[in-house]
Amino acid sequence: MKTGPTEMQPTLLLPPERIHKLTGYGMRTHADGYLFRPTSVDEIRRVLDIARKSGRKVVLRGAGRSYGDGNIGAECVIIDTTRMNRVLSWDAGTGIIDCEGGVTIEGLWRTTMEDGYWPPVVSGTMYPTLAGALGMNIHGKNSFKVGTIGDQVIELDVLFTTGELRTLTPADDLFFAVISGAGLLGIITRAKLKMKRVHSGNVKVLAVSCHNWDDQFKVFNQFEHDADYLVSWIDCFGRGASAGRGQIHVAWYLNEAAELPSSLRPDNQDLPDNILGFFPKSSMWQILRYFNNRLGMRFINSAKHNASLLLGNGKEVEQSLVAFSFLLDYVPNWRKAYLPGGFIQYQSFVPREHAKEVFSQQISLQQEAKLESFLGVLKLHKPDNFLFSHATNGYSLAQDFKVTPKNWSRIEALCHKMNDVVLSAGGRFYFAKDSTLRPSDVKAYLGEEALYKFKQFRSTCDPEGLLTTDLAKRLELI
Amino acid sequence: MPNFRHAIVVGASSGIGAELVRQLAQQGCRVAAIARRGDRLKGLAAEFPSLVIPVEHDVTDYARVPEVFQKATGDLGGLDLIIYAAGAMPTVGGTEYDFNKDKVMIDVNVLGAIAWLDQAAVRFQNTKSGSIVAIGSVAGDRGRVGQPVYNASKAALTTYVEALRNRLSRFGVKVVTIKPGPTETEMTAHLHMKGMMKAEDVARFILRKSDKTGEFYVKFTHRLAFFVIRHFPSWLFRKLSV
Repeated sequence: MKTGPTEMQPTLLLPPERIHKLTGYGMRTHADGYLFRPTSVDEIRRVLDIARKSGRKVVLRGAGRSYGDGNIGAECVIIDTTRMNRVLSWDAGTGIIDCEGGVTIEGLWRTTMEDGYWPPVVSGTMYPTLAGALGMNIHGKNSFKVGTIGDQVIELDVLFTTGELRTLTPADDLFFAVISGAGLLGIITRAKLKMKRVHSGNVKVLAVSCHNWDDQFKVFNQFEHDADYLVSWIDCFGRGASAGRGQIHVAWYLNEAAELPSSLRPDNQDLPDNILGFFPKSSMWQILRYFNNRLGMRFINSAKHNASLLLGNGKEVEQSLVAFSFLLDYVPNWRKAYLPGGFIQYQSFVPREHAKEVFSQQISLQQEAKLESFLGVLKLHKPDNFLFSHATNGYSLAQDFKVTPKNWSRIEALCHKMNDVVLSAGGRFYFAKDSTLRPSDVKAYLGEEALYKFKQFRSTCDPEGLLTTDLAKRLELI
Repeated sequence: MPNFRHAIVVGASSGIGAELVRQLAQQGCRVAAIARRGDRLKGLAAEFPSLVIPVEHDVTDYARVPEVFQKATGDLGGLDLIIYAAGAMPTVGGTEYDFNKDKVMIDVNVLGAIAWLDQAAVRFQNTKSGSIVAIGSVAGDRGRVGQPVYNASKAALTTYVEALRNRLSRFGVKVVTIKPGPTETEMTAHLHMKGMMKAEDVARFILRKSDKTGEFYVKFTHRLAFFVIRHFPSWLFRKLSV
């Protein structure tokens, strides 16, 4: 911090109309940045030069779907890659798609579905860009089976701040650092990946209601070798003998008799615009916000659990891949129900043998603090080789916490306690969903060696230290 | 007081401006303190070494304002609040017409304000947030015999800020005009008036109002008195010699 009058150095002025207030998807934190939307590698190079001349750091941002502060940076130049969204080639024979980093998951399935291919890994929303998804190395409900999206990549083009454009493959060490590197090593401008062959646009879905944690893990164990997808909703208000109650959805790809069945037509995948045939889904969030409090959510969670016991328990239904995969897109703008304070998502990854104990403890801590998560989602994972890997041979529990000006310090304290429980069990965390980790937590789960390796990569890929994010600063990654 | 995290105070070396910097820093806000007199700013920065960023700048150097503004917001890490507190009021005799003195008042009180607040306006219009505060004066409510150009400058500032308010309120930006009465500052020392308000009290009032769109008198008695004064017929007002 300066203590004398600031001396002005001549720097390039940024166009004031480029400044925008940007938030993570959870809307809890925001930062103003100078937004640029390049459409080519050369344009990115020019923006990097503008940042350099204006003395600003650079933040890479895709669709802004990371929940916390991994896609914002105060007073930085923001490179938004969403306009680099061309599919460069698609080969229905091999299932290999080559596209720019700004192509979204929606862009992927809309391109390939009719030919009988589906993205091998998708998040709960179809809107993340491929570059953003790779930067955070997202996973899906089939994480236990196929790993993360990074595991599906054949090659990448990465533009470094030095201006060098390099193609990386799994044969390169750097490949495993750029993927998962939270946009702090280089800009993913192109990715080539193998899509999953499907013979129907639908999946067979089995709903299984669970009374407690024991039930949950029993059902996961029962289906993990056979199912294509496994995911469970957890009622975080359940306590005592009902702790961990919820509903698991097990899904399998289908084989239809027709070579290219009509279920593969993108039109047949589109989510409906209304509920019960008349109520517009676009207005749902406005109703949801009246229930978006402890009492309302306790009621909704309880009602959902009771309904899961009575309706469709143990029954199989067919559902479109889109409807099954993108639950977060089902109610448009649902996150607005969390305004004005926004929310955080907290996801921890715990080895199998400790999962029940850790998640039980997390939920007890929330209930003691009267800060129960309004939504809990349990998934199963397998480990991977990425440098900033969140995955483990175990389970993850994702939880949403509503933030208000009054409860933030209590939420932070709660998360720190939950972090300690996770770390003592050898668990891990996920930058895309982080708002509360401390630098010491990151050191503990990633290890000094991974952090040292990351810094070594940065010294060659981004020698000026141009790339940053508020998350990177908070966690002292740079 | 609203919880601001990043603020710019223009005219921060003394009086109300310096007091605003102190009070903002006391609540943990990072403040870029802008003023011509860099030596004064050093003292302020020494009081709050991790929070106050001193920036030496003459508000009449309009061409450099965009650069200084952008550097200040960059160093602060954002901007929630800007307060234009710079002002000039040279001693002007009852029969004196000195263009040089008059120009200083227009330069500092009006053009400096426009140069700085335009920068904030375009930023806040884009970010759809933020507060713009200008320190007008009750002196701008009528043209009076003692300070024709000071009155005119504060009237111009008030009208400009009102226009900003009308433009920006639709974007969620707060635009505030504060009209203090006589306040104990270096600028008013030559007036030798009794019963002047203390700069720290005025600063506290300004910060309390700084996220409330509108125009505010610091004292209720001022609001009442100037309501009457504003509505005095011109033919009667000129006979009063106030």
